[in-house]
Amino acid sequence: MSIKIRYFASLKDYIGHSEDEIIYEKALTVSEVWQQATQNKIKPQNTLVAVNMDYVSWDELVNDSDEVAFFPPVTGG
Amino acid sequence: MTVIIKDTPFNPYQDLQEYEETKLTKNNAIGASNIFIGTMRDFNEGDHVKLMSLEHYPGMTEKQLNKIIAAANQQWALIDILIIHRVGDILPNEPIVLVSAWSSHRGDAFDACRFIMENLKSKAPFWKKERLINEQERWVISNTKGYLTTKNY
Repeated sequence: MSIKIRYFASLKDYIGHSEDEIIYEKALTVSEVWQQATQNKIKPQNTLVAVNMDYVSWDELVNDSDEVAFFPPVTGG
Repeated sequence: MTVIIKDTPFNPYQDLQEYEETKLTKNNAIGASNIFIGTMRDFNEGDHVKLMSLEHYPGMTEKQLNKIIAAANQQWALIDILIIHRVGDILPNEPIVLVSAWSSHRGDAFDACRFIMENLKSKAPFWKKERLINEQERWVISNTKGYLTTKNY
């Protein structure tokens, strides 16, 4: 199973690229997705996470083909 | 109910007029139109800002804005909503966002417009990067406070 990971804004700068893909055998939480995708980089305070374009909590489980996005607090408007 | 993301400058007054003429002229139930326009100012945190780049998450932006509109529709009696938001490079004095709420009564139009704008600020995935007069670039960390007092209007 594979999931696509996307990073936006300052988090994209911090990670150094905008996308990742990870292959996994067991169900993962988004927190574990962060650890695997970033190789345990320290997660900046206030980082937000969305799965399939909806906000979720860090213990949310991801499914095959999900898109997980990490980003800083939003500042539009 | 319409959400538009634009990557080029827009004239909110012109867009509003076109929208009203094409979608709302025959709606005689409209008694109140509340319009908010946000423009880029040339200063932030004591520094002169010469340009702002707005990044967003295509797809999630529209999804979240439509969810906010749906939530507003549940709370207030609304006839129509229009949201236009810029992305890309923006110069001082250029419009960033337009939120317009049409209703039969001012209470619904005022309150829904405010609700949509404040929720957009905290939930819609846009991010601002500022370029200062000395060419230094920095991400905006957080938005300014929307409600200036705790007074319940």
